[in-house]
Amino acid sequence: MTSRQREQRSMLIKYILGFLVSLTLTLTAYILVSGQAFSGHTLVFIIGGLALVQMLIQLVFFLHVTDESGPRFRLMSFGFMAIILVIVVAGSLWIMYHLNYNMMDMSSHEKNSLMTTERDKGF
Amino acid sequence: MSKPRLLEQKFLDYKTSTGFWLYLMTDCVLFASLFATYIVLHPATAGGPTSGEIFSLPMALTETIILLTSSFTCGLALLALRQNNLKQLVIWLAVTYVLGVSFLTIELSEFAALVGDGHSWQQSAFLSGFFTLVGTHGFHIFIGLLWLLVMVAVLFKKGITLKVKRQLGLFGLFWHFLDLVWVFIFTVVYLMGVAS
Repeated sequence: MTSRQREQRSMLIKYILGFLVSLTLTLTAYILVSGQAFSGHTLVFIIGGLALVQMLIQLVFFLHVTDESGPRFRLMSFGFMAIILVIVVAGSLWIMYHLNYNMMDMSSHEKNSLMTTERDKGF
Repeated sequence: MSKPRLLEQKFLDYKTSTGFWLYLMTDCVLFASLFATYIVLHPATAGGPTSGEIFSLPMALTETIILLTSSFTCGLALLALRQNNLKQLVIWLAVTYVLGVSFLTIELSEFAALVGDGHSWQQSAFLSGFFTLVGTHGFHIFIGLLWLLVMVAVLFKKGITLKVKRQLGLFGLFWHFLDLVWVFIFTVVYLMGVAS
């Protein structure tokens, strides 16, 4: 077998492996949700974790991020994107959760009068 | 091909795919902001239906498996491209195309059913967020399918050239990336929407 053939063989194996593992992870998450095996937050964390594992699998086996040689620009830009992503998603959730929490005990009438007084202050 | 020409070609391939990768990363940030919007607006149903009431898990699972399989067949097409096997390449691209079209058909029929029941993007902030997030992904798939058609047309006209190889490599990245984004839509929108 030449080195070219060996490379193509390993690529084929990677695709098959990535496909089968992704399929298994998807089905596991689906069965967990439809079977209601866990409840509430536990279930959300478990299927979120399964999605993250599947992301790593697909990054390695389909998008070949680890095959890069030389300066790893793909991995670096991916890392930078991941930081932005976490800031945007976690930041939005955090802020909106606290906003909802602090506004929780207000009736819509109270909210309106609060906004009117704030507006009259010149904001 | 002489050795300097080959090196030049490799460098061009490397530059192009790295640039395209950077585009994909910015696209990820776009999807991140849409995901954040969707999650924040998820409870804002304004008297309309909640996510648990309108989403069908078996349908979403079918879409997921179809897209995953098309990502796999796209990989097989790239492998055939490496072997310079035009016949296999076209077959796998055709399979990828058919799977992509069926994915989009299921998604659009889901949208049509929702709008038909009066649950359009105008009903609540939650539905606006849903249609924007899933619709943006569907639009990417649509563009990908157009791209695929153009690539097959070029293949029939010119055969496997270095330029076609490079462009198909980029298409492969794009298609795998869309499958990756869908994994999160399936998890966050459909699974978590029904679970909580």
